[in-house]
Amino acid sequence: MQESKLVTDVVFLRARADHDRREGIIRAVLLLFSIVSVFTTLGIIAVLLQETILFFQEVSIVEFFTDTVWTPLFASKKFGVLPLVNGTLLVAAGAMLIALPLGLLAAIYLSEYASDRARKILKPMLEILAGVPTVVYGYFALTFITPLLQKIWSETQAFNALSASIVMGFMILPLVASLSEDAMSAVPQSLRQAAYALGATRLEVTLRTVLPAALSGISAAFILAVSRAIGETMIVAIAAGQQPKLTLNPLQSIETMTAYIVQVSLGDTPQQSIAYKTIFAVGMLLFTMTLTMNLISNWLTRRYREVYE
Amino acid sequence: MNGLFANENGRFAPRLSLRLRFGRVFQFLSLAAVTLGLIMLSVLLIDIILDGYKWLRPEFFTEFPSRFPEKSGLRSALQGSLWMISLTALMAFPVGVGAAIYLEEYASDNWFTRLIEINIANLAGVPSIIYGLLGLGLFVRGLELGRSVLAGSMTMALLVLPIIIVSGREAIRAVPQSVRHASLALGATQWQTIQNHVLPYAMPGILTGTILAMSRAIGETAPLITIGALTYIRFDLKGPLDLFTVLPIQIFNWVSLPKAEFQQLAAAGIIVLLAVLLSLNALAIVLRNKLQIRW
Repeated sequence: MQESKLVTDVVFLRARADHDRREGIIRAVLLLFSIVSVFTTLGIIAVLLQETILFFQEVSIVEFFTDTVWTPLFASKKFGVLPLVNGTLLVAAGAMLIALPLGLLAAIYLSEYASDRARKILKPMLEILAGVPTVVYGYFALTFITPLLQKIWSETQAFNALSASIVMGFMILPLVASLSEDAMSAVPQSLRQAAYALGATRLEVTLRTVLPAALSGISAAFILAVSRAIGETMIVAIAAGQQPKLTLNPLQSIETMTAYIVQVSLGDTPQQSIAYKTIFAVGMLLFTMTLTMNLISNWLTRRYREVYE
Repeated sequence: MNGLFANENGRFAPRLSLRLRFGRVFQFLSLAAVTLGLIMLSVLLIDIILDGYKWLRPEFFTEFPSRFPEKSGLRSALQGSLWMISLTALMAFPVGVGAAIYLEEYASDNWFTRLIEINIANLAGVPSIIYGLLGLGLFVRGLELGRSVLAGSMTMALLVLPIIIVSGREAIRAVPQSVRHASLALGATQWQTIQNHVLPYAMPGILTGTILAMSRAIGETAPLITIGALTYIRFDLKGPLDLFTVLPIQIFNWVSLPKAEFQQLAAAGIIVLLAVLLSLNALAIVLRNKLQIRW
């Protein structure tokens, strides 16, 4: 009797040891999977940094940030990144003129005015706009918006910043609307009721109580929208042109940082050439800009969540 | 706005009807913003369908691209997209779901977990073209995979990983704690509990997220152009190390050709691409509604 109890104990313990080992292995593998994302970030930084350092051994960093001509693919090479930054910011600014006011207004409608039923129908419909592939927007900008602009302003060039800005604005609208609505819905009902009790109308409650209370969340949405616009590639590669120049005229052909990377990738630039390394230097600048904005946006989002939960 | 509450003599007056009128104007403006977005979407869809529907013939799906628009088709693009999406799912699904399981079921709340979380949140905001540069440096040149569909799929897998992890975590978190407790109380190990109880309940949510991640991957163009996917391929795709093109790159190629017929071909390609995306999204909605368990 005693002996058989011992045997079952041994069997049981051995089975448990097997289990423990298996559990340990599974846990380790899953941990490894979650670290892949960390290695992705490190990989991005390593690849960009390596080529960027090689680039700056041949080109002075002062020239890169202060020269106003960008011609790395020409015989007389100039490496001033400002025209590309100018093009990027010009398109992004135009897109923001559409996406921010319309997105915020749409968020206000969805959060403060729409019935539950209307919101359930309108919000997913609006979000289809964000799911359309960007190459489709590029086609639309080039073949529909640009001819329209040419009818209004005859000096509009076949490739221009404005058409890209317009479609990009509508592409980013749902992002702004969705995130701003989240922020406004998170404002406690008691704040609204307090304002109503003091005799405020719905508009006054919205503009003077809900909006200020949701401000950090809305700012987070705005910053994320800018970051998205700066990193957007296909729309500008198709519709905005390949002419890096310092201009504020949105009817002209320009080139953005992302469109330049596409241009070089499509061409047959030799891999060891300096022109090839420029795409990593430009990529590094782009990555730094968007990462900074994303970090600020995430920080703002976390902060307002802490306030109301 | 303080002027609103005073009459001509500067005395207090509520002037409610005026303030309510402002409210109605504003409500109209905010509804107009939503409507404007939807109008833009409709114009875009109608324009593309009108431009491209004539080219949707059987040959469009069976022919290779060609110098002659009437002989051009999506054959290599469809093959490439199918290969790319299968390989991407094969790599991203296990890794993404595994990471989601680790973060929800195993990880303790310490600096390392928070680092991973912040990292995933930021990766989701990295422009897709940067992933292309990563793929170019790491897979195309580092691992010497060349401009192959495998290199493209590995790049795309890294790109969609944050989407799968975030939606996977939400699905796993929605499984009630009592299910886990019941399983553990009966002597199941932690992994047995996850494998037999948590995952089956979370699977609809995980699959929905994965399908959405795949529809993102199908529409992505920039990272694949950056790693050097070709725009003009006239042979069948036979293995993971072959050169490739995908639907959006083929569309991009046709858009950039000057001839009007090619623009129409691009529109036809877009109709196909949007149809694929629409079916995938419909599938995701059906999955969510049919399989979802409400607690």
